Amino acid sequence: MKTESLLEKALESGKFVVTAECGPPKGADTEILIKKGKSLLGWVDAVNVTDNQTAIVRMSSLAACSILKQLGHEPILQMVTRDRNRIALQSDLFGAYALGVRNVLCLTGDHQSFGNQKEAVGVFDLDSVQLLQTAHDMRESGIIIGGEAIQGPPQLFVGAAENPFADPVDWRVVRLGKKVRAGADFIQTQCIYNLSRFETFMTQAKDMGLTEKTAILAGVTPLKTAGMARYMATKVAGMDIPEELISRMANTPKEKQAEEGIKIAVETIQRVKEIPGVAGIHLMAIEWEHMVPEILQAAGVGNRPPEVV
Amino acid sequence: MIVAELKEIDEIRKMIDRYSSILVVGCDSCVAECAAGGARETQLLAAALRLSYLKDGQKRIISEACLDRQCVDDFIDGIAEQVPEHEVILSLGCGAGVQALARVYTDKPIIPALDTLFIGETQMRGVWTENCLGCGQCKLGYFGAVCPVARCSKKLMNGPCGGSKGGRCEIDPETPCGWDLIIRRLEAIGELDRLGEYVPPVNWSTSHSGGPRRVIREDQKQ
Ligand code: SF4
Ligand code: SF4
Repeated sequence: MKTESLLEKALESGKFVVTAECGPPKGADTEILIKKGKSLLGWVDAVNVTDNQTAIVRMSSLAACSILKQLGHEPILQMVTRDRNRIALQSDLFGAYALGVRNVLCLTGDHQSFGNQKEAVGVFDLDSVQLLQTAHDMRESGIIIGGEAIQGPPQLFVGAAENPFADPVDWRVVRLGKKVRAGADFIQTQCIYNLSRFETFMTQAKDMGLTEKTAILAGVTPLKTAGMARYMATKVAGMDIPEELISRMANTPKEKQAEEGIKIAVETIQRVKEIPGVAGIHLMAIEWEHMVPEILQAAGVGNRPPEVV
Repeated sequence: MIVAELKEIDEIRKMIDRYSSILVVGCDSCVAECAAGGARETQLLAAALRLSYLKDGQKRIISEACLDRQCVDDFIDGIAEQVPEHEVILSLGCGAGVQALARVYTDKPIIPALDTLFIGETQMRGVWTENCLGCGQCKLGYFGAVCPVARCSKKLMNGPCGGSKGGRCEIDPETPCGWDLIIRRLEAIGELDRLGEYVPPVNWSTSHSGGPRRVIREDQKQ
């Protein structure tokens, strides 16, 4: 074990790992967060706490991580490079570790033009690969960017995201390799709807020996409505939803669409489970966190009772 | 070159309405190339302002002039005689031109008529695109002469983000993805291998982050 991360421990154990996303509220209301957190408790190995996702202002990921940790969760701190420069990012890595966070997911973040602060400056001092390398170097060499030694280097389990569906296609796995070399202990993918493209991606990753060096968690997002499917397919950056899935949702009566969406998610989980190199799933049930147990049960993945410490 | 666009006449008028005599000064370099502030545009703007004041029944003295380069002292002297006869200079230079006039004509208000946008190229007639942010440490040699700083919306150094789709940037389907261009270019010249290497954090201190920059060349001083 490289760290004290419970996610690392779960991955090491060889079981099929489950992480889920938990978006902080648009404000300081801790009740909402605690409610969401409670519905996931006992069902996941770790929770991803998003960092002002789609450039919408929300409670800070770090604060929400700390609250979820107190609740008994193993939080994964998501960090985007869009809003903070290297001084702030590194300082937050120190702070996160000091508060008991043991996992970080390094991201660039959606462009600020998507969110509710379109006039903001986009920082992008670092990119996601550089942040990844930074967190890795802190752990392995005890240094910050520039090489200066630090007091009490954070021992974080470091992850990155990858989108097998973005373009240029052949480049995606090259980028994955780059992230693995920069120190990615785990990878969480973009939501998978196009299974054949994901399979190709996994074969390429396996052939390059990447699945042995990093744990790949397959991203799954249940569709709620046909409208959501169409919206995601056309408006959300980097999404690939095959036409037949959209029509499957559209051909389902409105009141049954949510159920159908869950069915699709369950089928997806069952399929990715069989793909060699997939270490687990990452469930992004956006504003639908309470459905996670049902999906996991239906997919036959089972629950994850909290460890007795 | 520097690419700029003419402001709306209403915005210009808000800034100049308080003056009774206006010297409209163009610049026949970059901003002429992008059809924003050259001799022709200067004439057009002066005419539009005259008409606009006439319509409102207001009197203004409006004269015009155009310098070859508004950002070079030797040329700025070209309007020295007209300047004292006017209350204000309305400049169709880029931001550098406006400020150079202000440095030379210390007692005159100088008002910008253009929005200065970027360092770019004339891609075809009527199309100008941004391709350099003046980062002070040109990295084009590593990226197939396509700039990741200026042409990627997130200034990414280690490859495209997950939003790149069909050669387009996630921010807008009209914007080409800079990284898609980089990869295609490197592929075309057989240098894709350049992208496997990790690119460390950029040293932004040579860019504007290091404060306003200047270049001093002793060999050029006389
Ligand atoms: S690397 Fe820097 S100097 Fe070179 S084109 Fe890009 S922004 Fe301009
Ligand atoms: S889509 Fe391309 S240009 Fe746009 S931010 Fe991503 S990598 Fe950069």
